[in-house]
Amino acid sequence: MLDRRKLLKAVAATGAAGAGLLPVGRSAFAALSDASAVAPPRLVVVFMRGAVDGLSVVVPYAEDEYYRARSTIALGRPGQAGGVLDLDGHFGLHPALAPLVPLWQTGRLGFVHASGSPDTTRSHFDAQDYMESGTPGVKTTADGWLNRLLGALPAAGVAAAPTRAVSIGAVLPRIFAGHNAVANIASGAAAVKPTVLDRPRVGEAFARLYDGDDKLSRAYRESQLARREVMGALAGDDLEREMQAANNGAPLPGGFPADAARLARLMRRDARVQFAFMAVGGWDTHAAQGSAAGQLANRLAPLGQGLAQLASQLGPVLDDTAVVVMSEFGRTVRQNGNGGTDHGHGNVMWLLGGAIAGAKVHGRWPSLADSALYEGRDLAVTTDFRQVLAQLCERHLALPDARLDEVFPRWPGFGDGGLDLVRSRA
Amino acid sequence: MTKSPVMIDRRALLCTTVLGWLMAGPARAASGDFVAAAGPLAPGATPSDTRAEALHLLNRLAYGPTADEFERVMRIGAERWVDEQLHPERVALPEPLGRQLATLAASDESQRTLPASLREAQAAARDGSESSKARLRELFQRVGYGAAGARLLRAVASPRQLEEVMVDFWFNHFNVFIGKGLCRVLVGSYEREAIRPHVLGHFRDLLGATAHHPAMLFYLDNWLSVAPGWQPPRGARAGAPSGLNENYARELMELHTLGVDGGYTQADVTALARMLTGWTIEPRRSRGDSVFWFDAGRHDDGDKRWLGHTVRGSGQAEGEWALDVLAAHPATARHLALQLAQYFVADRPPPALVARVAQRFLASGGDIRAVLATLFASPEFRAPGARGAKFKTPYQYVLSAVRAGGVPLGNVRPLLGTMAQLGMPLYGCLTPDGYKNTEQAWLNPDAITRRVNFATALAAGRLPLARPAYDDVPLAMPAQAMMASSAMRPAPEPGWFTPPLAADALLDTLGESISERTRAMVAESDPPLRAALVLGSPDFMRR
Repeated sequence: MLDRRKLLKAVAATGAAGAGLLPVGRSAFAALSDASAVAPPRLVVVFMRGAVDGLSVVVPYAEDEYYRARSTIALGRPGQAGGVLDLDGHFGLHPALAPLVPLWQTGRLGFVHASGSPDTTRSHFDAQDYMESGTPGVKTTADGWLNRLLGALPAAGVAAAPTRAVSIGAVLPRIFAGHNAVANIASGAAAVKPTVLDRPRVGEAFARLYDGDDKLSRAYRESQLARREVMGALAGDDLEREMQAANNGAPLPGGFPADAARLARLMRRDARVQFAFMAVGGWDTHAAQGSAAGQLANRLAPLGQGLAQLASQLGPVLDDTAVVVMSEFGRTVRQNGNGGTDHGHGNVMWLLGGAIAGAKVHGRWPSLADSALYEGRDLAVTTDFRQVLAQLCERHLALPDARLDEVFPRWPGFGDGGLDLVRSRA
Repeated sequence: MTKSPVMIDRRALLCTTVLGWLMAGPARAASGDFVAAAGPLAPGATPSDTRAEALHLLNRLAYGPTADEFERVMRIGAERWVDEQLHPERVALPEPLGRQLATLAASDESQRTLPASLREAQAAARDGSESSKARLRELFQRVGYGAAGARLLRAVASPRQLEEVMVDFWFNHFNVFIGKGLCRVLVGSYEREAIRPHVLGHFRDLLGATAHHPAMLFYLDNWLSVAPGWQPPRGARAGAPSGLNENYARELMELHTLGVDGGYTQADVTALARMLTGWTIEPRRSRGDSVFWFDAGRHDDGDKRWLGHTVRGSGQAEGEWALDVLAAHPATARHLALQLAQYFVADRPPPALVARVAQRFLASGGDIRAVLATLFASPEFRAPGARGAKFKTPYQYVLSAVRAGGVPLGNVRPLLGTMAQLGMPLYGCLTPDGYKNTEQAWLNPDAITRRVNFATALAAGRLPLARPAYDDVPLAMPAQAMMASSAMRPAPEPGWFTPPLAADALLDTLGESISERTRAMVAESDPPLRAALVLGSPDFMRR
């Protein structure tokens, strides 16, 4: 529940509102450390670039067609060595994603299978572009849907912080392109390392140079404000070291788990971080993708660990969070000549968080029967990805119906599509 | 494109190579000397216009001005300089650069020798001993640093700047990723053998060279693609290929030639993949420098329908003919014209310009030099409004700062680390589309802060660009690896560092590309900060 009085009191307590200053850094953190009481709804989008093989993520192990199509890369049935982790008697989860099972069991992890874009391109780059612009088939859309959502969803109270929307990584993704400000935070420990600009003399000199109204000046100022926020919330954390210690000193599996944990802490400590985006690459398994072990498993394992980290580090904030994990398209149902899979169509979207109606594989499953395949080779799409995102916007983020059209223009947006993805908020 | 890539071992690319000092110390003309020597570019041009145009050319056909190169353009005139850049074979490399390149290991190793060295080192490393593992690491270090060092030393110091710009452009167009299998040792060979010889030549030759190079055959999996139903020879290991792999065929049309809107279908992708079956890597049977091998036994010799043509089974000739068709296709001309115009002129180039450039491509039979000459002579490119219209990529930003400062470069590692931190690790683009070069792709809040950090460190002489050979810091790709390694760096020594930069000299070199407003602010600030402010200014982020 969003308690507006408490929120306003928190603003007043900083004494900054009257001075026309945004509370930044530690003062903001202190003012809002009671984050769970404020509880604005949050949204995290994780994009798997390269088209993950969704049929190896949420596996239709009950269908013989699956095993016929994948003679060497199919995952075993539940209970077999290296078999899937049963979800509902029909689908099973890739064993490398075992860290996510507790979330499924507590109803905070669900999936929408056979989902994807109505556009049938098999180009990674066009397909990603469409999913990020939110306008499949239309190349002229300049901005991303997540940026438009920032504009369509009024910032509650002090939520208009420089870190209201954050992206992890050195470049801003297409999904955040647009005129609303978005902070990007470096991947890895660099996110919280002081820079030369933190020295007042240097910082002031550059601030004078970047005081115009041009794009570069705005970006510079946004960067400085966001950095102060992030440094304020995360100063003193050494996540890499902590996690390595928790791992008995074993090296970390890539950067994703630490980045996810860092993001979660930031969100937990600063209630004004409402939207976040992360991307993970390396899913384009045209050759030797493996099954329970192998290249795909090696990529899924850190993703699963990272999402589990994200959930646990969010703590109580997880209750007000929806995490959506998506990829541009799925891969061919039949394996190719090289123990891999080629570009396909339908895929699975993952939903995670307390806001999610979990423990369920949502969507209409078209089956893998030959007659049901798209162009005789791919999983069909029965749920438009926008249907899923729109429902999160409306039911979870409380985006007014009338403004949905701004986020997903040119989309009829018919009803709920038979989906019920969001738990009703108490 | 890539299967799940091998993560880059941060120890794997260490350097053991001595890089000497590259550039002589900056010898600058006094401020104002350029104007006297200037030849006007157009009737009625003021000296300031002439200088601004020279700087524009240096910002687009080169990685920004150096003091000497700016002076040279002013002296010989813009048109002669452009012509010179279009004919790099007429410009000798300076001897110090040649000497320095010669010290880089692996610069003469080929697509045949490198994979052989890799196989040998990998076989030896199977014994698990520390010494054999160290040898494998040493190979990656030597070869990886050889490629990256040669690339950056040339980009900074070669007077044949357009050649270096086009090496970046075409490598990126035909991108391969250093993290995937064989490409770990082959990126340098790919650049030397497939890209560099053709950057200003004919597109068909460039396309053919990439199609036959083992780096591309491996990266986009075509070496594995075989006729459906093909039976491996008896005794072949399990997991031998057993069918088509569409990866290369798709990207060949989508990225390398026709463009995604070039009018092909999924059926065309499959047909082209069939036409290219049997194009593989076979060092034992191939001869000469190339390890490309057409394996007729793996080829699908059936008839195909492709792009409206009926293709009769005819072995390797099918694929060669397909490359001919693609290289001469109007969609390819449009796709390449758009990309070139975007790179050289504006993020959204004028359609009329793109059409003229495409026309020149078709009329010249894909002569890249002729296409560029048309582009560089176009009023759209020469318009004053085009100046400074492009936001530098991290690669361009870093190189232009080193050039503007006249920094004597020996050790390129700090530059590689900065590029990685800015999201553009050299040879580190995982996907076959390469890096974008638009403002939208690279202008973001964190980028400005990190560029300013780099500018400040470079201007203050705090980067160990003169450090002699060392092997304790990886030739890093991921930013995390750079961070993780910082703890084990030894204490720096004074001799590793280049002198602090002087703001006045920088402002002379950068001339009209730094605005009056920025100049005034620089003049008002603390003297020790001035050079950093110039290189960290909004003006210098653009080209």
